[in-house]
Amino acid sequence: MTQIKHIAIKEFKDYFTSPIAYIVISIFLIVTGWFFFSTFFIYDRASMRDFFLLLPTIFSFIIPAITMKLLSEEMNVGSYEILLTMPVSFTDIAIGKFLGATLFIGAMMVPTLLYPISISFIGELDLGPIVGGYIGTILLGSAYCAIGLFASSLTRNQIVAFIIGAAICFLLTIMDRLLFFIPGAFAPIIEYIGANSHFINISKGVIDTRDIIYFASVIFISIYGTYLVMKEKN
Amino acid sequence: MIEVTNLTKNYNGFCAVDKIDFKVEKGEILGLLGPNGAGKTTTLRMLTGFFEPSSGNIEIKGLKIPEDTLEIKKLIGYLPESAPLYHNMLVFDYLVYVAKIKGIEKDKIAGRLKELSSLCGLSEIMHRPVAELSKGLNQRVGLAHAMISDPEILILDEPTSGLDPNQIVEIRKIIKNIGREKTIILSTHILSEAEATCDRILIIDKGKIVADDTPENLKKSAKSESQITLSLHEADSNKALELLKSIDNKLIVEVEDSSDKDTISFKIITIGLDNPMKTIYLKIKETDWIISEFKKESQSLENIFHKLTTEDK
Repeated sequence: MTQIKHIAIKEFKDYFTSPIAYIVISIFLIVTGWFFFSTFFIYDRASMRDFFLLLPTIFSFIIPAITMKLLSEEMNVGSYEILLTMPVSFTDIAIGKFLGATLFIGAMMVPTLLYPISISFIGELDLGPIVGGYIGTILLGSAYCAIGLFASSLTRNQIVAFIIGAAICFLLTIMDRLLFFIPGAFAPIIEYIGANSHFINISKGVIDTRDIIYFASVIFISIYGTYLVMKEKN
Repeated sequence: MIEVTNLTKNYNGFCAVDKIDFKVEKGEILGLLGPNGAGKTTTLRMLTGFFEPSSGNIEIKGLKIPEDTLEIKKLIGYLPESAPLYHNMLVFDYLVYVAKIKGIEKDKIAGRLKELSSLCGLSEIMHRPVAELSKGLNQRVGLAHAMISDPEILILDEPTSGLDPNQIVEIRKIIKNIGREKTIILSTHILSEAEATCDRILIIDKGKIVADDTPENLKKSAKSESQITLSLHEADSNKALELLKSIDNKLIVEVEDSSDKDTISFKIITIGLDNPMKTIYLKIKETDWIISEFKKESQSLENIFHKLTTEDK
């Protein structure tokens, strides 16, 4: 347990000792801020719904970009050997790195808390969807982090890791918009596999165990996959 | 302390380590010697639990790989080849992180770091990023990394590679010092280093052990065999060859090409002959040939190494 903590803290700090954190957070805030507020005053509604709807798409590119280095870089530089010969298990490494990235996503979301605060000055804000929206964001973010970590375990090339991660995350995001092409019988299954509908449910303020189980299973499967890949590699 | 039996590692059909057996006692400094690609690093990586063996057993203090890998990792301090450390961290932060992972108590970390920084000469570079260090400094940080938890077993993969001569002497001194209480396995391709630091040497070639002895014994076995170069003037090559062969039937005599027509050169290898120079000289003295060159090649570990690792098997 303590090993997981040390690895997670190290990964989290790493983002801030390199320029990655500042670049990614700035880009995230500029992009979401622009898309959200450019239509906000036209709709004239005191809600953050449009902000949360943006997140799955943006996350499917930003998260693989921050998780791509987690294992690929270590394998490429060779520090993977140092990591594995210290008294840590594969599980410690996978969970530690996953938590480090998830903490970073949490840190990235902190500045956006200014949005609901400033909106509450200009209109009646319904708190339910906001709280639900942030819970959904954390679940979605951690699920995508787990997928990104899995992609990073597959290759020592960070760019390949990014592309694989982004492809999986983006596919999960747009899956429920592809239902149109899918035979009726499969549609509910495909809709369940896609991440978007679950995220939208939670961000409406409806916290359903089915959605939570969905995200928990994505996280579990990806971390377990990472564990298997690492075990197979040596 | 460490017992390895029948250890084998295959990579995609290529056999890097082939059924090797050896034992290491407590307090021993064992040197793994071999040419590039002989399987030294692979063997060490299996001992540290980084690679899983294809077959065979590794037992360290009664613990086995792969069942007790996590426990074994706690006993071992490992310096990988070329010490690949985390580039974006400061030396100090890096060592603190390692100390935490290795389970050193929080209030003891600072004290331990002070000891190591004076032992490995790190006090000047503690606040510098790992990426900015030269190879030698990087190696020292790697050594500190390996020793941080004061492990019972130290495994060092080419610990002196990339160091300047002064640092090499220093690191050897450190290794000798620690070796009094700890068990050390180190790999190297520098023979003088193995000779200077190790209690026992394993020579590995193509994944197999070709020699396992103390440096003194290895040298002794080399001494019983000597190589002599002899050049004669005004001699008949057939007669000379016959004469030389009549000295001892274990003598191997080869005629060498000579640039001078009047001179015949021989390469003579003697095995187990006392004072071969004297015997050969007395025989030649009986004839009226003129000796123009007569010298004994010095046999060092280098020759043994060369012989053992280049012979066709």
